Amino acid sequence: MPHESAIHEPAHHEHEHVFIPQHRHHFETEEQQREAGSFGMWLFLLTEIMFFGGLFFAYLLYRNWYYDAFVPASNQLNVPLGAANTAILITSGFFMALGVWAAEVRKKGLLVIFLILTTIFGAAFLGVKYVEYKEKWEKHHIPGASFSISEFVNPPIDAKTGKPGQKPLNVDMAQKTQIFFFLYFGMTGMHALHMIIGLGLLIWLIARAQRGDFTSGYVAPIENFGLYWHFVDIVWLFLFPLLYLINRHPLQ
Amino acid sequence: MGISPVLWQFLVKWLNSSALFPREASTIAPWMDALYFFLLGMTVTGVALVLAIVITFSLRYRKSVHPVATQIEGSTLLEATWTIIPLGIFLVTFVWGALLYFRIYNPPTNAMNIYIVGKQWMWKAEHPGGQHEINALHVPTGQPIQLTMISQDVFHSFSIPDFRIKREVIPGRYSTVWFEATTPGTYHIFCTQYCGTNHSVMIGEVTVLSPDDYKKWTEGSTSGMSLAQNGERLFASMGCNACHSGTAAARGPNLAGVYGSKLQLTSGQTVQVNEAYLRDAILNPSQHVTAGYSPIMPTYQGQISEDGLIDLVEYLKGLKTNYRVQQTQVTAESNSTEPAAEGGNQ
Amino acid sequence: MSATATTILNLPDQATATVPKKNYITAEHGLLSWLLTGDHKRIAMLYLVSITFFFFIGGAFAGLIRLELLTPQPDLVASDTYNKFFTMHGVIMVFLFLVPSVPATIGNFLIPIMLGTRDLAFPKINLLSWYLYTIAGAMVIASMVLGGVDTGWTFTTPLSTHYLNTHVITTGLAIFVAGFSSIFTGLNFIVTVHRMRCPGMTWFRMPLFVWSHYAASILMVLGTPVLAITLILVVLERVFGIGVFDPTKGGDPLLFQHLFWFYSHPAVYIMILPGMGVISEVVSTFSRKRVFGYTAVAFSSVAIALFGFFVWAHHMFIMGISNYSALVFSLLTMLVAVPSAIKIFNWAFTLQKGSITFETPMLYAFGFMGLFTIGGLTGVFLGSLGMDIHLTETYFIVAHFHFVMVGGMLMAFLAGVHFWWPKMTGRMYPESLSKLAAVVTFIGFNLTFLPQFILGYLGMPRRYHAYPPEYQVLNVLSTAGATVLGVGYLLPIIYLAWSLKYGPVAGNNPWQATGLEWQIQSPPLTENFTTIPIMDHEAYDYEWLEHQNQHGGTYIG
Repeated sequence: MPHESAIHEPAHHEHEHVFIPQHRHHFETEEQQREAGSFGMWLFLLTEIMFFGGLFFAYLLYRNWYYDAFVPASNQLNVPLGAANTAILITSGFFMALGVWAAEVRKKGLLVIFLILTTIFGAAFLGVKYVEYKEKWEKHHIPGASFSISEFVNPPIDAKTGKPGQKPLNVDMAQKTQIFFFLYFGMTGMHALHMIIGLGLLIWLIARAQRGDFTSGYVAPIENFGLYWHFVDIVWLFLFPLLYLINRHPLQ
Repeated sequence: MGISPVLWQFLVKWLNSSALFPREASTIAPWMDALYFFLLGMTVTGVALVLAIVITFSLRYRKSVHPVATQIEGSTLLEATWTIIPLGIFLVTFVWGALLYFRIYNPPTNAMNIYIVGKQWMWKAEHPGGQHEINALHVPTGQPIQLTMISQDVFHSFSIPDFRIKREVIPGRYSTVWFEATTPGTYHIFCTQYCGTNHSVMIGEVTVLSPDDYKKWTEGSTSGMSLAQNGERLFASMGCNACHSGTAAARGPNLAGVYGSKLQLTSGQTVQVNEAYLRDAILNPSQHVTAGYSPIMPTYQGQISEDGLIDLVEYLKGLKTNYRVQQTQVTAESNSTEPAAEGGNQ
Repeated sequence: MSATATTILNLPDQATATVPKKNYITAEHGLLSWLLTGDHKRIAMLYLVSITFFFFIGGAFAGLIRLELLTPQPDLVASDTYNKFFTMHGVIMVFLFLVPSVPATIGNFLIPIMLGTRDLAFPKINLLSWYLYTIAGAMVIASMVLGGVDTGWTFTTPLSTHYLNTHVITTGLAIFVAGFSSIFTGLNFIVTVHRMRCPGMTWFRMPLFVWSHYAASILMVLGTPVLAITLILVVLERVFGIGVFDPTKGGDPLLFQHLFWFYSHPAVYIMILPGMGVISEVVSTFSRKRVFGYTAVAFSSVAIALFGFFVWAHHMFIMGISNYSALVFSLLTMLVAVPSAIKIFNWAFTLQKGSITFETPMLYAFGFMGLFTIGGLTGVFLGSLGMDIHLTETYFIVAHFHFVMVGGMLMAFLAGVHFWWPKMTGRMYPESLSKLAAVVTFIGFNLTFLPQFILGYLGMPRRYHAYPPEYQVLNVLSTAGATVLGVGYLLPIIYLAWSLKYGPVAGNNPWQATGLEWQIQSPPLTENFTTIPIMDHEAYDYEWLEHQNQHGGTYIG
């Protein structure tokens, strides 16, 4: 960086300090650098909350208006898969937290393993999502030109009871299910996009961790990425009940 | 108003004749102008005050006469003063403006209703008597007029500056505004919400007539059925009478007299039946099922235009008995070869 | 040239003075050293060039609009073209000029120096901000070249989602990218202010310029993401037609309005707050006095930011929001007006018992105080519910926001550019030409926009290509003013560019101001300070300055 190459006074007569190689020279101390980085990440996550907030607001409005459409639409989602995904993502987050610990205690091998596990579980989450999206595509539940409301107007007969699995909707209410699915794809899609970006960053972090970049005192990238990854996890923890669990009565 | 009416007229007319001020052609216009003059006075005073302070200090303390500055930290008293006084003035503005707002958007009960449908790029006015106007509106003086408006496509906004009224015209829901015209003449109608290519051409003229002239105009421009009559026709042709026949065993609730009543829905909610409710119930019946009835009404979304919906709403507003409804049903079900429109004659 | 009875300008002896050989401009050579820089000062200069470029494009569109409006008939261009003119004018001026103007140029340059540190917290993200801005600008130009967009800068649905076939998606995504440029700038500022103040620099010793930018950054960080998601929803609706804003499919067009204005109202405070920071610095320097009521001005900046989040629906008073909601938003709008009034009075009273001179930055500051007062008070007209019914969507609104944005913000930007030009470039501009430009701008501005208040009350709607003939005289006055205004804006380009080569050497502290930036060389070193300073006095401490001058000056290297 240009300003780092500028001729620099021997800055610290007061205390002989050997900076870690990743020290940025506009910071006076490593602590300042680390705190600034962490603060910056928290602020960035705040912007992400506002970003997702717009979608949550739309969800709030339309669920209130079209509850009768949201119920059958939500019941179309696969709760076992969604619950599995929740467990997968929490596990991924758990491994990330372990990774942060490993970096702090300077255990390179463990760090790499935990980062790899984080990535594997993250990828598994996306894999399950792919399966779910594919199912939606096959059932013509992707909003747009190919969207079909027939399943809501004429729900399939439940083999056990001989009656429709859910209350059939009138056409005008059935059309509102498209809004639910738009919110489903919009919110989980935006979430998945953040996960994909996160996985990309993870791969880069794994490579650097393997080189030993994070196990000699410089843990900020791992910590800050950990914050990001946990945030993505928490967003899912809101999405899952709001999207998948509307009016479910498993014991009935 | 606390100011002499003569002085007021003089001021307003002088301003208007110098092309700097719009005419006052409605009952609400003087109220609007009064608030405007207050705010103008506030602005001029505020600006003058700031200018006075700045100019006085700049001259009095310019470097050539005051070479050394005296450091002053501040003054809590002054801060309080110029916080509280502006706040006070702004709160007065708030109250005054709020009162005016409620006045303009809450019509009197004796207001005559005219429907306005906005579409790219013209205004359609539909009088209950069946008179249709495009980019024009004829109204009498001395009579409160309520405009019930809706858009067929994008956001528009209906504005009559000389009446000082304006309201957004939105797709999907009715919006209303009312006025009472005071002076015969012609005044601009503008669309004030950007709506595409010909936004600036979506203008018209409101013609205010004396009550007698207005009556003459109504009689002269009636050509065809009133909105309610059209609605009655639609009610039969779209098959509404099949379920809403008004008999005890009918599949749909009795609609005679439903307008203006309080209705209980199956969801437990109680709603006031107004134009907006009626329109919504036709388009989204699933959300407006009267208690005691099944949710079997089909939606008419996409099958009726906004004009048709207005006709139906007008019809239902005036529906007091189901006699004619049952007549049309009988006629429709009979084997006779008479045209089905027989039940819908003037 | 040294201080006289009528000016505090104090330039070094031109026979011997030179611009310091080693500074941030000469530190490295070559285009790549600029394009890959992390130096906040170089990034600020990159921004200055970019936003000036876009300002003139946006200004050209304004000129075309005013040209068309000379006559009542739509005779210069087709309606679709005219609609593209005002859309591009709005989009460019709001997102590519006003939002980044002071923060990304003057803010970027000065905030680290004012805080006594070497750079912002995240230099690479700062550079990324500039690249995002440039990409956004390129996308806007692309959409222009491909045929333009005519939604209006407000992208009202369902017009923008279903009824237009112009380049809505390109422009929408361009603004999305520009939004992230703004978010990252704000994020950088907030972290820098919290974590990188030099020893002794407490919050209440920071210059008010930094307070304003801090407040604006809160708005940038919290508000802009909502715009981002709103634009994504518009793009998705256009592409897939799902109907989230389409009433025929159960959607709500008013939802778009709420989401859009939730950002776009705080956006106007993002635009004005940094300008107010400039005015604090300028008024203080040219009165030789601490800003009157420092604490009040600092807190009022934050108050504007906070209240600014709760007034968005005052853009929707006639759109069918409930009466009770309208009451709440109108009340809050009245409250948000108060902190701005407080600032105006505080600046005015800074002049009391000062020692005032009338250099160009001060002239722009005076212009700001008068014009922003008018603009702000006309905002009160619009916040008053009943009054808004008649005035909304007319030229009154156009006049109101141009008074605060152009009469206010743009004047503040020019004040700042002129005030810190000697610091940023090491050169001084010709004073008589700059004063002329300031006066010409002021006259041109008033002639352009005062008639528009009258037009608004008369009822002339905004975004009109053609208008009734009785409005022509006022429109002609407005266009005449716009011509004068254009000249007023071109002059600085000419003499500022000239000054880079031929202007007198400025020295470290030509205005004899307080503030850490005036205690280092002009232009500054790349690392700003040779040693990190220790702040041992209050902001705007002219007594300290006097004392230092008597004991060898304030230069700290």
